[in-house]
Amino acid sequence: MALLNRARDWLDERFHLAELIEPLKKKTVPVHKLSHWYFLGGITLFLFVIQVCTGILLLLYYRPGANEAFESVQYIMTRVQFGWLIRSIHSWAANLMVFTAFAHMFSVVFLRAYRKPRELTWLSGMLLLFLVMGFGFSGYLLPWNTLAFFATKVGTEIAGQVPLIGHSLLVFLRGGEDVTGATLTRFFGFHVAVLPGLTTLLILVHLALVQYFGMSVPPDVEARWKSSPGEVREMKFFPNFFLRELMAWYIALGVLGALAAILPWELGTKADPFASAPAGIRPEWYFMFMFQTLKKIPPKVWFVDGEVLGILMFGLAGLIWMLLPFFDQAGQGRGRKFIMGAGVFAVSYIFAMTIYGYLAK
Amino acid sequence: MEGLDSTSTKTPRRHIVEILLGSGVFASVVSFLYPVLRYLIPPPVADLGSDEVVASKIGDLKLNGSKIFRFGSRPAILLMTATGEYRALSAVCTHLSCTVQYRKDLEHIWCACHNGHYDLNGRNISGPPPRPLEDFQVHVRGDEIVVTRKREA
Repeated sequence: MALLNRARDWLDERFHLAELIEPLKKKTVPVHKLSHWYFLGGITLFLFVIQVCTGILLLLYYRPGANEAFESVQYIMTRVQFGWLIRSIHSWAANLMVFTAFAHMFSVVFLRAYRKPRELTWLSGMLLLFLVMGFGFSGYLLPWNTLAFFATKVGTEIAGQVPLIGHSLLVFLRGGEDVTGATLTRFFGFHVAVLPGLTTLLILVHLALVQYFGMSVPPDVEARWKSSPGEVREMKFFPNFFLRELMAWYIALGVLGALAAILPWELGTKADPFASAPAGIRPEWYFMFMFQTLKKIPPKVWFVDGEVLGILMFGLAGLIWMLLPFFDQAGQGRGRKFIMGAGVFAVSYIFAMTIYGYLAK
Repeated sequence: MEGLDSTSTKTPRRHIVEILLGSGVFASVVSFLYPVLRYLIPPPVADLGSDEVVASKIGDLKLNGSKIFRFGSRPAILLMTATGEYRALSAVCTHLSCTVQYRKDLEHIWCACHNGHYDLNGRNISGPPPRPLEDFQVHVRGDEIVVTRKREA
């Protein structure tokens, strides 16, 4: 203990730690009946850390390349001690992270936490969500199995439908005209270098913004607190909220461990570029609503190709969604109603199309 | 010392220096980025010998059967219809490029990815595919089934 104190004094003398820690001591978290939604961002961050750790472990044995990738994942799962568990945790945590990131985003919409002055916090969060989906898409191909091969073929083909730049984008993503070993090498590079770098940077920005503006309070609670300041309830971030967050992380870890152990992630069959797509092929659940929509759009709508129309529609919806805070200006009831309507519609659409996708043959 | 503390009274000479410096920096940044951007575009792969391929041997295919074979760098499908006729088509779905398959029960071609259907001539008959599959010519040469790309008229 004495050694620890001496180390702290040594650092304090040089860096004035007390001054650095001071703002954290002052940070508070509002307490109201919707406070539990504040945990979702933290849980997503925790899952990201799990992904970095398990990802590094997988890197010790994984070999990118069309002739080696599948075999190396097979090796991890069958020969390396606890390899199956590490890989299963990595896959499950990826899915849970997408889920908590989506849940976090929708909670921000419905609690209207994006409103002024937090527009940039929202934008950085949306970019993080896209990066998380990019992680999912690029990581999905790495085991080089049949499902992943066709999911990547379809996904990159969708990118290829974007007007004007589509074909260049497709060639850039695939590393050529077709999905081959070159695609795998590229996706590996994106997955383990480009995306982690960008994500870490953006997480820092996102956290700095959250720290700078403090936690948002839902508008009705804020109005009530303003009219009667005696009702304001807050807890200290450190240690009160932090310890609660730790508990949430511990529960998340428990859920993750249980899922990974009870339902280990399957590997499937090795991809064969010259075999037919098997029946029942479908993407990861978080792309299912888009997949199902593309399946249902007719080949031609007026004079536009169905898939081009679908991509343009999703692109436009995504853009409007990113700009949501700018529609909700203070004192404009119509903007607020539009956002709530859009939020309810988005959740219902994603939910309904996902279920439909799983039920439809 | 006059020019140091005022931006509004820049001499033309300073302005020229700024333009030269600025364009120099800009040119150097472009010269760093250009090779990187070119590096990102993969070199084209020569598609050799893709006009003719031996798809199968006589007897390998049964009535109402099919086989996926490699035609150049893309998959293609060879069919033997219920009447014993050979057909060869591109196996790349015109919707989103999945590889199609022959469904014996339906006696036509089906894409599992988005439920696209094509008839035995490759015509898109149901589901999202916007165009028919490219069809190839089939010749029997000895005991080999040879598939060739159709010549443009």
